[in-house]
Order: sequence, then structure tokens, then C-alpha cells
Amino acid sequence: MSEPVSALNHAAFDGLVEIEECGLQGMIILRGDLSARAVRSAATGATGAKMPGPREVQTNGAKALCWMSPDELLILCDYSFVAQAIEGMNKALNGVHALAVDMSDARTMFRLTGAAARDVMAKLTPADVSPQALQPGQIRRSRLAQVSAAFWLEDDMTFRVVCFRSVARYTFDLLCTAARPGSDVDYFNAPAAP
Amino acid sequence: MLILHCPCCGVYADETELAPGGEAHLTRHGPGSSDEAFTSYLFARKNPRGVHFERWRHAHGCGKWFHAARDTATLEVFGTYSAQTTEPPKAIRDAIAKRRPGWTWRGIA
Repeated sequence: MSEPVSALNHAAFDGLVEIEECGLQGMIILRGDLSARAVRSAATGATGAKMPGPREVQTNGAKALCWMSPDELLILCDYSFVAQAIEGMNKALNGVHALAVDMSDARTMFRLTGAAARDVMAKLTPADVSPQALQPGQIRRSRLAQVSAAFWLEDDMTFRVVCFRSVARYTFDLLCTAARPGSDVDYFNAPAAP
Repeated sequence: MLILHCPCCGVYADETELAPGGEAHLTRHGPGSSDEAFTSYLFARKNPRGVHFERWRHAHGCGKWFHAARDTATLEVFGTYSAQTTEPPKAIRDAIAKRRPGWTWRGIA
């Protein structure tokens, strides 16, 4: 049996921020009425995380629930745990109009670490990534240059970015270009004006 | 540049995150309708200078459709509202009346 690999297999870059492709990451899309009790308990049961409100991410260790749209959740877990998680969710969703699908191999995840992470993201997206608009625990789906992406802050220095696997190389090159040494903007890190 | 508030996910989305869906509140005339009604439904579109109602999709975001009321000349946005409606809600019409007294659009005022 062939070994599964992620799109860029842990490609990494060190510039203004450290960029790393996260490798194999379990991702499940759960579609359904997010206010329905069965859907909520399927999501929380699979992760142990709390149910996220609109535009929120709730984490529990390596597992997380990300609010993607009014009827869509992204469930993060170990790559090896996906089949078991879906099986458990399908049991909880029995008879309910909802769908849980393994999207692990259709998406790619990146991690940006460094004090300039907000600046690097702000070069690529029209979304407001200022501390006033985006705090750890909040997720934003938007655009990175020409492709769709979802991103959120794990902490003040760490971004997670999810994009389609088919544009993984494009997204990685984008992030690397935006993080090239010498291209600092220092907009969000600038010392307060006297 | 246009920034619209997506009523589905609550994000203030830049125009480049959105996909335009053309004129809002069209009445579909399908099989069984007169040729004139069908032609008008298929081809005739308003292109007003001023108050206009449009459909937009938050394509790079939550993926949902919504309606927007805006001024095509000044790009002033009067408001956005749910796609699940066949006419602009009263709150939106009042907001427009405040800024553009006497406005009309396809018989709506």
C-alpha cells in the first residue's frame, strides 16, 4: 500500500515568519443545520471541543471545530482518526439531513509563526487582520491573492491557513514571497506614535 | 471599491471576495408564459443611475447569496439583506428613503 503524503510534504520556509506546510491533517466537512441538536452533538462528540459560534474556532488539543458558514463546520483531527470520527458522526446523524465527508486529501494546511505573521497575511488578503478585527479563536474565510483560503490565529504569533490542495504550491509560493527577508512592513508591530 | 456586509456570516467583505449576481428581485417567467414576459425576464435589465438592488454571492467566504441595495453612481451602500425574500424589507426601503427621498425602482418605493 502506498504511503499517503500531503501536497507539499512539510515544505518549509524561513523569512519574516516561519512557514510550514503542516503535512497530513485530518479535515472533515460537516454540512447541516448547525442549530440542530444531533448535528451539534455529532461535532462536539467527535472532537470534545465546544460548539463554535459564528466565525469562531473551538479547540481541544489537536482537535478543533471551525465555523465555515451558517451550515458548514470544518472538523480538524489526526489524519488517522478521520475514518473513526466519521463513523461516530454518522451514527449520531442517523436520520438527520446532514453530511460528514473526509476532506483531508482535498485541502492543505499551512502554519505561519512569527511576530510579523499579521503583516505577511495582510499583504495577501483583503480581509482585516488587525488585532481589533481578528483575535485568536476567530476564523476568517477570504482570499489570498487569487485563491480562496480560510485562516485563523492559534495565538498572537501563529496563523493557520487552509486552502485547496490543488493550489497548495501557489499558496506556499505566495506566502514565501510575502515573507521574503527585507520586505518587512511593520504595520501591526510598529511602535505607537508618540 | 465596494465593501458589503454579508448578512449570512457577518463579515464585511471586500468587493473582490464577492461574485456579482446581477439584478435582484426578478420574477421568473418560464414555460407557459407569453413571449413578451419571457423575453423581458431573460434579457431586460435595469441599468439605473442611482438606487439599485443587486444579488451578490460571498464567493471566497461563506459561499452564500445575499441582496444589496446601493447607489450605482456614488457607490453608497444602503444595506444588505437576506436572499430569501422577493422584495426589499421595510428597513432597507426606509434607509433609502432617508438618503434619497422620492426614489423608485421597478415600481418599488
